Amino acid sequence: MAASPRLWTTLTEPLIRQNPITLQILGICSALAVTTALDTALTMAASLTVVLVLSAGIISMIRKMIPGTIRLIVQITIVASLVIVIDQILQAYFFDISRRLSVFVSLITTNCLVLGRTESFARNNPPLASMVDALGNGLGYSLILVVIGALREVLGRGKLFGFEVLPTVDQGGWFTPFNLMLLAPSAFFMLGGLVWAVRSALPEQAEPIEHTPPEVEEPSR
Amino acid sequence: MAKPGPITLWKRFLSLPIDSRGKTLVVAFLVSVICAVLVTGATVILRPIQQANRAAEQQMRLEALLSAIPGMSEVLDEAGGGALTTVVVNLKKVAASDVAPEDLPAALESAENWTQLTPEQDLASIGNRPDLVQVFFLRDGDDISLAVLPIYGVGHGGMIEAMIALRGDMNTIAGLTVTNQTETPGLGGRIEEPAWQASFSGKRLDDDSGAMRFSVARGHSTSEFEVDGITGATRTSNAIQRIVRFWMGADGFGPLRDAIRRREF
Repeated sequence: MAASPRLWTTLTEPLIRQNPITLQILGICSALAVTTALDTALTMAASLTVVLVLSAGIISMIRKMIPGTIRLIVQITIVASLVIVIDQILQAYFFDISRRLSVFVSLITTNCLVLGRTESFARNNPPLASMVDALGNGLGYSLILVVIGALREVLGRGKLFGFEVLPTVDQGGWFTPFNLMLLAPSAFFMLGGLVWAVRSALPEQAEPIEHTPPEVEEPSR
Repeated sequence: MAKPGPITLWKRFLSLPIDSRGKTLVVAFLVSVICAVLVTGATVILRPIQQANRAAEQQMRLEALLSAIPGMSEVLDEAGGGALTTVVVNLKKVAASDVAPEDLPAALESAENWTQLTPEQDLASIGNRPDLVQVFFLRDGDDISLAVLPIYGVGHGGMIEAMIALRGDMNTIAGLTVTNQTETPGLGGRIEEPAWQASFSGKRLDDDSGAMRFSVARGHSTSEFEVDGITGATRTSNAIQRIVRFWMGADGFGPLRDAIRRREF
């Protein structure tokens, strides 16, 4: 099995080093919206990973058949169909969670992460490698969602998975829930914090400065 | 020469250059057909399960709404399971309709059971109002002591469906529950929170002159006609105010409320 170390790198690379959210800043809109609680974050992460892996597999299988002129629309059609199917399944079997995720499952279609992986990787690689790459990226996305979701639920509600971990003041405990954590801005703060933490640990991720401010000479007096 | 069989045709198709016009068209067609079958199949096969889920949810919310009203669970226990009567009312004639609740969906498929709303009337942005509506009454002797009325309208992110319970004076809100909504999670989606819904209990719709006063406040409520607004969800809060005002007003259940007050039911 000469190929397996390469597959392993393909799988693990997007977890931290090439993480789609913290390094490429892809797909963050859903990452902000569904992370108010851990269970919605997990469902969203699982749905996205399934869609990503399946679409990468299908597109990679028919990659030699897709004419270059219509490749984007073919990819989007396949992704959108998969998303609708997943959404219908969630509505049928996970009714409660699908209500709380509301439109964000259908918005997986427009998640840049999915099209980004099919366009840049699955289109040029065999099915197995594409699916492994998709799984790695899906897991990388999931990791960030779960971390942010857990932090927001604990700090915002004092709960995890709906179970109390920090006794709140309402219930006679000591913890005052941090309401800001349930609002969208807090997800930005957390995501920013995570990006900062990851780039401090792996300094090679920091981007070079694109513009240098022009040097203006101070008027001498 | 014999006509080429399907396999020969397929092989010929595969050997076409990838960017040829024929191949582009056929690939586009095949992808659309397969995706259409996939999506339609999933929707059709799963629809019964989804409908059962929705019906169960609505029933659960109705029960939750009733049990959340102070003193209601005792009344219901006393009167047994059949305390709540289901009535289909005709809003145009302001009378009970002879349509049975289970025939209601079929009756609503006909356009003559709907009333077109003018833009000025249409506070809830629903376009057409059904003339036949299923409502629930709780009777205390001959009087109606509680009416549960379904209301709906367009919010910020889509349709908001709710049920409102009115006390016997048809003016005091006994409770409100949101049965379906697609507002922004964490902001407008908070209309699903029981704590917020509980703030409706005891609020009044009209002042003593009969003018509609109900509103959703910006911030904290300051009067008996106001409920608290939701921070960061002004549009959803406004939508709730419009929906309640529409359905409780003259183009919604207003005439029905008057009729119940006159004891015509």
